[in-house]
Amino acid sequence: MSSFDHNPIVAMQGIEKHFGPVIALNGVSFDVRPGECHCLLGDNGAGKSTFIKTMSGVHKPTRGEILFEGKRMDFASPRDAMEAGIATVYQDLAMIPLMSVTRNFWMGREPVRRVGPFNFIDFNHANDVTMEEMRKMGINLRSPDQAVGTLSGGERQTVAIARAVHFGAKVLILDEPTSALGVRQTANVLSTIDKVRKTGIGIVFITHNVRHAMAVGDRFTVLNRGKTLGTAQSGQITPEELQDLMAGGQEMVELEGSLCGTV
Amino acid sequence: MSDAEAAIDERIKETSGLRRALIRPELGAIVGTIAVFAFFIIFAGDSGMFNAQGILNWSTVSAQFMIIAVGACMLMIAGEFDLSVGSMIGFAGMSIALISVTLQWPVWVAILLTFAICIAIGALNGIIVVRTGLPSFIVTLAFLFILRGFTIFFPQLIERRTIIGGISDVAVGDWLAPVFGGKILGGLFVWLADLGLVDVFERGTRAGGPVVDGIPMLIIWALALVAVAHVLLTRTRFGNWVFAAGGDAQAALYVGVPVNRVKILMFMFTAFCACVFATCQVMEFGSAGADRGLLKEFEAIIAVVIGGALLTGGYGSVIGAALGALIFGVVQQGLFFAGVESSLFRVFLGVILLFAVILNTYIRRIITGER
Repeated sequence: MSSFDHNPIVAMQGIEKHFGPVIALNGVSFDVRPGECHCLLGDNGAGKSTFIKTMSGVHKPTRGEILFEGKRMDFASPRDAMEAGIATVYQDLAMIPLMSVTRNFWMGREPVRRVGPFNFIDFNHANDVTMEEMRKMGINLRSPDQAVGTLSGGERQTVAIARAVHFGAKVLILDEPTSALGVRQTANVLSTIDKVRKTGIGIVFITHNVRHAMAVGDRFTVLNRGKTLGTAQSGQITPEELQDLMAGGQEMVELEGSLCGTV
Repeated sequence: MSDAEAAIDERIKETSGLRRALIRPELGAIVGTIAVFAFFIIFAGDSGMFNAQGILNWSTVSAQFMIIAVGACMLMIAGEFDLSVGSMIGFAGMSIALISVTLQWPVWVAILLTFAICIAIGALNGIIVVRTGLPSFIVTLAFLFILRGFTIFFPQLIERRTIIGGISDVAVGDWLAPVFGGKILGGLFVWLADLGLVDVFERGTRAGGPVVDGIPMLIIWALALVAVAHVLLTRTRFGNWVFAAGGDAQAALYVGVPVNRVKILMFMFTAFCACVFATCQVMEFGSAGADRGLLKEFEAIIAVVIGGALLTGGYGSVIGAALGALIFGVVQQGLFFAGVESSLFRVFLGVILLFAVILNTYIRRIITGER
């Protein structure tokens, strides 16, 4: 694996996060290298969301440290993490449906052209770049003016991913990008992940679907009850073993027996 | 681009140009404007509604609606309401009157001070809304009563009455008052009258002068506010943030849009518009009354909704809101010209509001592809 020649872009070490008396994360270690897709798996309530929010600067860890390119970082806000190069694509909150693709793509970072004392959005440039970036991801927009609401769920995720890539993300955190999608759309998003990985960006892919993880993952880390249960490399673990780890083993074996092993 | 052609999804029907033209916020307002004009040209065409005086009459009324509709429109797109607009109009007018007539301060000081107070109250509205997370509907409803209460209380306490006149007298020679109460292009109308295009007074003190002696600054303010707000909203970075703040505040925050600042600024802008309205009105009438501006907040909101904005925020058009205001002005005055009972204007408001909301819901479904 070529990505193992590199040092991690982000390394999270012994992260703990307490909310009052609740220990949401109890010592999680995780890292991402350039050009790899590191899957973070876990059942509902395992602490996946808390963990990625810590990584993207929404929460401050109670204990533990975040190293970004070898240097210790303290992210005070999502903006800080974003400027360092950590982009997060949230499942439902990536896009604003009523606004055009271009307006969504550039939201918060609109390119401006100066006319006299005034700054206007440079829509020609913005539209061209948006169309081009979307074409690279394999989506041909009818028009950059079309509202994001007219796109499918997979296409919306792709716009958000293209946006993060265009603005120079070094690490891309994808929060359950496939969980609400159909089969075809899921395949599109997975192939987008593959394309982005090849450009040297490190991807953190959060999912609870083992098959989606196996399809693109280079490494797999399983989170259970706020702890990492271990990290495995692609090819060293079977889907069944991953599934067992996620669900906490024993009960799942019994359940699977009664469901004829289809879960 | 052969690869692009190949990738076009065969399940997406070609959308006709007409259908695409339909999907814009101003559509309802454009159709409405045409319909309203056609109606009154047919039924009140020979009543004087469309001569110079008549046009000035409904233009002035429309401009009043327009000024407050622009503020309400920007705020609604940013995802919030301001129900205190009407009370703010009364409050601002009374503030100018009390400072200039009762305190005997120069009128320009009264105007500037009133603007500062009103914009500060607008900011307070906004800060309370973004800090507490309460619906702006409730917060500004509170201010609707608070401001109206003060507007009645202060003049009664100080002057023992609720209407304060004499502003025209103290405004004579003031440099700022004509910016709100003056008229421009007077010479143009004298010239038009000389050409016979505008009627002249035949008797009285102004005999020989044109019946329209200039364009009121009120109309200039309305057009300027519409133009500035439209460009700001559609062409600038800040405008994109206004859409984003109303479309989905959380998603906007995640990409670094300063949502709270945008919303507070829009509350301040709405207060500014209400204050412009109040100042023009006070300068025109020469008096301030404690009941001025009653129900204006709802008229502003209706004009904005007719203009295609969604009550839920994130979508709308300043041009649409301006056309909504124009429809109001034309109908309100047109009913008078056509000799129809003026209380029917309220019936019209209710009916057109209902139609506008139904049309908007339909348009939004097309845009977002909801089914």
